[in-house]
Amino acid sequence: MDSLFQRSLDDIIKGLRHQQAGESAFVSKVLEEVRREIKSTDSHTKSTALQKLTYLHSICFVDMSWAAFHAIECISYPNFTHKKVGYLAISQSFQESTPVILLISNQLRKDLKSNVEVEVSLALECLSRIGNLDLCRDLTPEVFTLMASSRIPVRKKAIGVVLRLFGKYPDAVRVCFKRLVESLESSDSPPIVSAVIGVFCELASKDPKAYLPLAPEFYKILVDSRNNWVLIKVLKIFTKLAPLEPRLAKKIVEPICELMSKTGAKSLMFECIRTILTSLAEHESAVKLAAGRINELLIDEDPNLRYLGLHALAIVAPKHIWAVLENKEFVIKSLSDPDPNIKLESLRLVMEMVSESNVVEICRVLVNYATKSEPEFCNVILGSILSTCSNNVYEIIVDFDWYVSLLGEMSRIQHCQKGEEIENQLIDIGMRVQDVRPELVRVGRDLLMDPALLGNPFLHRILSAAAWLCGEYVEFIRNPVELMESLLQPRTSLLPPSVRAVYLESAFKALVFCLHSYLKSATSSDHSALGLSDPGVSKENHITPDSVLHLLNLIDMAVGPLSGSYDVEIQERARNILGFTELIKPVLSDSLHPQDERHKQQVEASKMVRLLHDTFSDELGPVSMSAQGRVPVPDGLVLHENLADLEAVCGSSLPASSATISFEGSHNVEGATSIFISDQKEESEPSSESTSLLAEHRKRHGLYYLPSEKNTEHHEANNDYPPANELKSELAEQSFLPKRKSKQVKARPVVVKLDEGDVLPISSKIPQAKDDSLSEAVRDVLLGNEADADTLTQKAAADSVIRKKGKEKLNAKEQEDDLDHMDSQSGTVQNPVKERSKRSSRKQNADEGDHGGDKGKQKRRHRHGKHRTREGVQNPPANVISQTPVPDLLL
Amino acid sequence: MHYTVCKELNSVILSVSSQINFVCLISRQGKVRLTKWYSTYSQKERSKAIRELSGVILSRGPKLCNFVDWKGHKVVYKRYASLYFCICIDEEDNELEALEVIHHFVEILDRYFGSVCELDLIFNFHKAYYILDELLIAGELQESSKRTIAKLISAQDNLVEVAKEEASSLSNIIAQATK
Repeated sequence: MDSLFQRSLDDIIKGLRHQQAGESAFVSKVLEEVRREIKSTDSHTKSTALQKLTYLHSICFVDMSWAAFHAIECISYPNFTHKKVGYLAISQSFQESTPVILLISNQLRKDLKSNVEVEVSLALECLSRIGNLDLCRDLTPEVFTLMASSRIPVRKKAIGVVLRLFGKYPDAVRVCFKRLVESLESSDSPPIVSAVIGVFCELASKDPKAYLPLAPEFYKILVDSRNNWVLIKVLKIFTKLAPLEPRLAKKIVEPICELMSKTGAKSLMFECIRTILTSLAEHESAVKLAAGRINELLIDEDPNLRYLGLHALAIVAPKHIWAVLENKEFVIKSLSDPDPNIKLESLRLVMEMVSESNVVEICRVLVNYATKSEPEFCNVILGSILSTCSNNVYEIIVDFDWYVSLLGEMSRIQHCQKGEEIENQLIDIGMRVQDVRPELVRVGRDLLMDPALLGNPFLHRILSAAAWLCGEYVEFIRNPVELMESLLQPRTSLLPPSVRAVYLESAFKALVFCLHSYLKSATSSDHSALGLSDPGVSKENHITPDSVLHLLNLIDMAVGPLSGSYDVEIQERARNILGFTELIKPVLSDSLHPQDERHKQQVEASKMVRLLHDTFSDELGPVSMSAQGRVPVPDGLVLHENLADLEAVCGSSLPASSATISFEGSHNVEGATSIFISDQKEESEPSSESTSLLAEHRKRHGLYYLPSEKNTEHHEANNDYPPANELKSELAEQSFLPKRKSKQVKARPVVVKLDEGDVLPISSKIPQAKDDSLSEAVRDVLLGNEADADTLTQKAAADSVIRKKGKEKLNAKEQEDDLDHMDSQSGTVQNPVKERSKRSSRKQNADEGDHGGDKGKQKRRHRHGKHRTREGVQNPPANVISQTPVPDLLL
Repeated sequence: MHYTVCKELNSVILSVSSQINFVCLISRQGKVRLTKWYSTYSQKERSKAIRELSGVILSRGPKLCNFVDWKGHKVVYKRYASLYFCICIDEEDNELEALEVIHHFVEILDRYFGSVCELDLIFNFHKAYYILDELLIAGELQESSKRTIAKLISAQDNLVEVAKEEASSLSNIIAQATK
């Protein structure tokens, strides 16, 4: 009676379509009904409920795991309609972990054995979707039987299911593999071949080596088949096989080229191109042909073909860059294609083309495109320029002046969001490449001068780098006063505190530099009569007493308020500067207004200034990331797990010092060091030692410093390299020396590489073990055991055939011996001993059809259904026959 | 002995995957019309995948290429009238072949329903699944002949008809019996 009032699936669909807003309410109402109806004992009611649930599951992604048992009930109904509903529900909703999944095993077996073809199909389809280890193991015999079914649709589905069986239950290989190989030869029914090839295509993509012995069969299909679906799959298989066996590559290159030029189907043609480019790239003429076809794709109307053409170029690029260069214009034009996929693909290609000689030209083009593109793609372009150019420590950059100004230009592009990367590179280059510093400082200054840039949060990181560079290399600044003005301009209040702190620190450095050169020029002008003038000072002679006064006022005005800043970093730095100016003002003001005592005062002032100036001008060398790890722990030093004890020791003095150090959080190490050093100086009485201490430290622990640029100018300074670098130096030198000679300093790249080098071997190990059990099984079946395979390749083909023959014969006897050596590998090893006696008698037959033997065995297998799995283990060596033909048939 | 070996193998993760990871049909309004999963996805992953993909695909203009990179896979889609047919394949698979699979499927649907439209698929969602099952198995194309598929489907339909008749006669009997 239930069924009379039950809503049908159509009702649900209609109802759902009429719901505008309250869809979820409707769905939960239906679910409620379903929960009630599905418990019904009436099969029709139950299956209708299940069908509705399945619908909601696949369309609205409603959970239906709770109904798993009901679905299993449905497939056990005799009525086909209900069964069908049950199967659909199961294959849509079951996962391997579904708890009741094993209950399905018997019903599946029953349906797999059914006389009704459609029922078998349903069961096979279901198994192919949900089969887990247990199901696959239990049902392998049934699938094996169906693989020889006389009904083509069933057979083809059974073959399709084999893929699932192998994946979940590798032992199934021992049972089904042979029949799978035989199906390859059923040229009378194309659907079967198509299905088998599909299976082999997937199998070979995981472990191609195991399928090499089947190459002759695949070759036959390649030459004979007219079915494009099949041909594409075969090509995929050969793509995997060809790199393993050069003779095979030679053999297939011709038919593939022919196929490529003859076929009208673009999909097949593209597959030919891909096969040639990936696996036959050594065959120059074939690649030329393929390149010709690619050109056709590139000029096609269809965006799909254009995209694939570019994709093909990307495949060929690493080995035959000429093919890309031929189409350079098209590739660059594609950067403005309306399709983002095509744009990305062409960008990738453009980056492939970059070399030392054309990097300037290509980057110019790319930056132009970036300015015109929408934000997202613009940043993709900028990102790839940055990563390509910095690759392997700026390997392709010859003209660093150009690159640095390019970085500056990129920062100004409207949508640029690559602040962090540009920041890192600017500072990195500044430290690595000495000769480029004047240009770096010029670029940095231009960025700092522009008040508009301060408003763009994406640029703050870059500005931070620019400020740091200008402070650190202030000696290259043409007009330090102007720099000070831009560092202290009012709009810097827009900067985040961490960046502002860098600004202040740089302003401090610049101030010290100004005062220093002012005092120096003042003294030298005194001595100029004596001819002692310093040539370096002459260009900075525009620092007049007025400008010094101006600077001091500026600092009072701009920095003064910051001494009350809430941010400790800013506050601290502001106070440092103010403290210094307070200190210097009285002595300096005298020197500014010439008096009699002027000389004496000036000496005092210049002493103080020189002290700081020396601190700042000491060169900072980059430190290897692993430097700390290489510091040996001194004897008697106990390293505690945590620093809890430290508090007890240091007491209250800790917080102050930690504040100075912790500043570094968001900034580069070098900045931190310099600031830290300067702060120390400020707080603790000016002890002229600190520079010398640093030098001292450097002398003692030079090992852990990276060579500074000064050193690397001279090549013999290489001795200073940390020892670990030397290990690596062979490699590094190969890649660096030939290319970079003139300006660039080639120093730390080695270290970076070293750190990576340590990691690589570990990661490369991981992917190996993955498919082991499956490929092992296949190998066992196809090649016998490993020893067999090896000897076979060496021995003549006939020899191995004989051996197999012998074994074939033996199989009859082995029925009895089965139990003895069955499950152990030794079973196969024992056989040859017995064979040997037969060998001589079989020798004449060696060349005769090996298939005859196989088939005989096949039939036997049928009869002894129970022994199937066991036989499977023993049969495999028979297949070694198919390995030998590689030389026979192909070469 | 045999079984212990199997248990050991069980611990090794196997990765024989199918060529096609999933098939889905999405309407122009972003409504899901059909989903079929050949690789393992949890229900959450499924709905997330569909949501993401429909966002990407529906926003693409008409004159762009039919391929989308998606999480290391490729999704090949094609629009027929108001429906987007999408197939997710692996990186190395042939995009054009996937397009042909889609076209093949559409042609078969067309032949079965007689110039198919979205409504046909909405109200016959289970039939669309059975047709797809005849076309693909375990994520592989299993039948390239349209006529064969048509034949197989009509054989199924006949069986369903017969079963329905039986059922209705049975329910008649029951109905009478309960009176």
